[in-house]
Amino acid sequence: MTKPLIQYFLALLLAPLLPGIINRVKAFFGGRRGVPLFQLYFDLYKLARKVPVYSRTTTWLFRFGPVAGLAAMLCALMIVPFGGRPSFLSFEGDLILLVYLLGLARFTTVLAALDTGSGFEGMGASREAQFAVFAEPAFFLALAALARGGGGLSLSGIFSNLTPAAWLTASPILTLVTASLFIVFLAENSRVPVDDPNTHLELTMIHEVMVLDHSGPDLAFIFYGAALKLWTLGALIACVILPRHSGSWLVDSGAFVLAMFALAAAVGVVESVMGRLRLLKVPHLLMTALTFSILALIFQAGR
Amino acid sequence: MINLLMLVPLLAGLSAFFIADDGRRRILLIASAALHLSLTICVIAARPVIVPGAWFALDPLGLLFLGVTSLLFLGASIYAVKYLSLEKRDPGEDSDEGFIFNNEPETVFTGCLLLFLAAMTAVTASRHLGILWAAVEATTLLSAPLIYFHRHKRSLEATWKYLLICSVGIAMALMGNLFLGAAGLRSGASLDLESLLSKAASLDQAWLKAAFLFLFVGYGTKMGLAPFHTWLPDAHSESPAVVSALLSGALLNCAFLGILRVAQVCAAAGLAGFTGGILILFGILSLMTAAFFILAQKDYKRMLAYSSIEHMGILSLGTGLGGGAVYGALLNAVSHSLTKAGLFFISGLILAAYKTKNIPDVKGLIRRAPAAGILWLAGFFLITGTPPSGIFLGKFMILKTAVSGGHYAAAAAFLFFLAVVFAGMGRIFLEMTLGEAPALKSGEKPFEASRQLLLPAACFFACAIALGLYMPAWLNEIITGARNLIGGAI
Amino acid sequence: MTTPAELIIVAVILLNLSLAATGSLAGCIRLAAAQGVIAALLPLLAGCGVPVGTLAFCGAVILLKGAVFPWLLTRARIKANVRKDAEPVIGYPASIILCLGAFAASSWLGARLPLPETARVAWIVPASLSTIFTGFLLLTTRAKAITQVLGYLVIENGIYIFGLALFVEQPLMVEMAILLDVFVAVFVMGITIFHISREFDHIDTAELSALRDWEPGPDSSGGIRRDEV
Repeated sequence: MTKPLIQYFLALLLAPLLPGIINRVKAFFGGRRGVPLFQLYFDLYKLARKVPVYSRTTTWLFRFGPVAGLAAMLCALMIVPFGGRPSFLSFEGDLILLVYLLGLARFTTVLAALDTGSGFEGMGASREAQFAVFAEPAFFLALAALARGGGGLSLSGIFSNLTPAAWLTASPILTLVTASLFIVFLAENSRVPVDDPNTHLELTMIHEVMVLDHSGPDLAFIFYGAALKLWTLGALIACVILPRHSGSWLVDSGAFVLAMFALAAAVGVVESVMGRLRLLKVPHLLMTALTFSILALIFQAGR
Repeated sequence: MINLLMLVPLLAGLSAFFIADDGRRRILLIASAALHLSLTICVIAARPVIVPGAWFALDPLGLLFLGVTSLLFLGASIYAVKYLSLEKRDPGEDSDEGFIFNNEPETVFTGCLLLFLAAMTAVTASRHLGILWAAVEATTLLSAPLIYFHRHKRSLEATWKYLLICSVGIAMALMGNLFLGAAGLRSGASLDLESLLSKAASLDQAWLKAAFLFLFVGYGTKMGLAPFHTWLPDAHSESPAVVSALLSGALLNCAFLGILRVAQVCAAAGLAGFTGGILILFGILSLMTAAFFILAQKDYKRMLAYSSIEHMGILSLGTGLGGGAVYGALLNAVSHSLTKAGLFFISGLILAAYKTKNIPDVKGLIRRAPAAGILWLAGFFLITGTPPSGIFLGKFMILKTAVSGGHYAAAAAFLFFLAVVFAGMGRIFLEMTLGEAPALKSGEKPFEASRQLLLPAACFFACAIALGLYMPAWLNEIITGARNLIGGAI
Repeated sequence: MTTPAELIIVAVILLNLSLAATGSLAGCIRLAAAQGVIAALLPLLAGCGVPVGTLAFCGAVILLKGAVFPWLLTRARIKANVRKDAEPVIGYPASIILCLGAFAASSWLGARLPLPETARVAWIVPASLSTIFTGFLLLTTRAKAITQVLGYLVIENGIYIFGLALFVEQPLMVEMAILLDVFVAVFVMGITIFHISREFDHIDTAELSALRDWEPGPDSSGGIRRDEV
């Protein structure tokens, strides 16, 4: 029981490091020095000490949003396995709960954004919801394709069932699932090519524009929740790419954490070499992810 | 002997590309056509035994279609020689839109014509379905330059449609061939007709059905069965008369042979009911399509093309009904080839006389060109199956089998659409033949049909009438043999 | 056990999807060529002891589909001066959905048409059928003559996948004859495209509509009316 707990707290601790890695890789490609690796920790500390400002037009929904979002992400992280090791919250059907928790986080964010009554935030909310229409089925079907391979409907079960040998017998399926999950990962975490976290123009923002009015601890919750989301979805990819392969907990965990960092670096590379897609093309990209998932599922079903 | 049959047109065709002198090339064309026909007659007389495992051999079915093709080609080459010399004298003003165009070089035309014959001979003689496929595709590719003889927009459009639709259709047939291979994988049958027939009972039925569907769609496209017929009216209306005659009279038969071969295998495997249903369905569909398009037709060459679709529908229907109808269908195939080729020959004369393919602009043919007018009218009666003609006999046999076999709906549809076609074509033919001929424009010479252009059509019509009156014993033997091959004896 | 052959099948299916979705003509030519080459590798990987004849045949196919056809088509594209894209009539989502649906349907069909045990590769029938479907999609939804030839080639690829993976014992002569036919077909089509572009100044097959059974009415555009010309 202690090991899963340690895993959980390790994830809570390391999650804010991922955006830092992404930023450093991007800075490296851009020939800059970039912000410090631990910048998000500093930001969170700074924001947590501030007093939030609330507009008079907002209601409790606006304050409720960040808290509920963070709570949903904290729960989601409990379900996600750590390097193929079971998580401490695992039961039959937990992957469905994971999908719903992610949906809940999105729902509260969207509600809070709409609550401000600002046109920009409404626009961002609408885009977020629109992309989710494509991203969620892709995500869900990718998990279904994995579940079909054995291990039931529990993430811990699936990933403890997934061995390196699976990459020999079912490499096409795993490749398709990984590709699909990676696209969903980029889209859900508002990274390039779906969204540009560094943009300063409200018209082109998607996620950032929804949280413009939040401040103080609320904003810290949102930032931390985003980091946790990055970790949650990234962990799934890392688990697929790097199935449990040794008996030692330390080796597995170390490899897993390294894989997470490598994934963050990969995101940095993608952001450096690609531009943001036109908004009209984003559904096409997500549709491609959906296609990969469906193909993986068909192949898995026909095995 | 069979190799010689293919080699003669092949070598003649290849050398035609290099003969610069028009006269010699034309003599070569007629000579090789005559040689081909005499060789064919020898083969028919000798009746060679089929060596098992040979890729090329002639069974009665192949003999029947080879004979028709060879005879048609001789007529076509006699017509073509005169036609080419006339075209050379005054090339190209377009009949409908009035622009000037060039013709294809005569060397290419003659060469392709002869190679086309070689490919069709290979189709009739091949005993291996892979070879059959390759030969059918070769006929498509070799006839495309023939359709594009008049180099202008509309013939180019027709050529493109012909090439693309037929190539894609025949690709489906290739898939069908592979499915056939899959059907025989377990029992070790190859695509050789011999081995397929001997192992027919142990073929995988599901694969065999799929194979038949693909092959039917593939060769059916080439044969011009509705709804895969869309290329056919365009190609027939835009190519020179002699090419239309060969396409309609010989090429469509060759594609039909492809369907007959696979039907042969299916019948041996006990799937005659399945194939028969499909053949009847698409036969009626083709009849219907042809009937409606003939009714409102404004272009007499397109009308003839739709009439070909109608007859292909009749062939399909007759084969599907089985029994005596197969004999009728084969008889119909022979008579249709002769009659339709003759009609296309005359349509070329009408085009030369009136410079238009538009039906309302052609009036009083019998006054302007009496011989052509009489033949045109005779052709109408022959093609619609007025007795005495081979087509009448064929249709009658099909109808008789349909009624006695209890296919009342098919019989009723068959009769109805035949009546529609008769009415539609009758209106068009009578309007064109009778009435006052439009006055000649100043400077226009009165049209004189050359005897060389009329002769082939007249001979073919005579043969078609003769078939309705008297069936020679050797032909009867061949058709009966062919019918037995397809399982019509049951 | 994943064989390289299965990886090839997946690659072929992904290429189908991208062919259906790609808008650029040059991209389509490259994708179709890639598909042809990848498919031609199938018989080489599927078992040990490949006979020399098969080796030569695969070499010929790779040369033809990987080099000669793309070269011919690119030449035709440049000659016809096509700069614009392939302009699919239907959009990206519809193409993808159609292709996926076709793949699902062919998987269902493939389950109903079981291959004998001698065929060693799974997914052959669905991959082949869905490739053929993609070819038809290209044929019908793109209005350029070159994409229609590409559609024909993709159909050919699909048939080829089935034929080679099945290892139907075909005499080499027959296969060579078939290959020759395909080659000549593409060659003749290329020449025809050249003629079309010279005669019409474009290769939009949607505008090749002068031949029809009824004259278009005065208000319908596109058709050439005889009295206007």
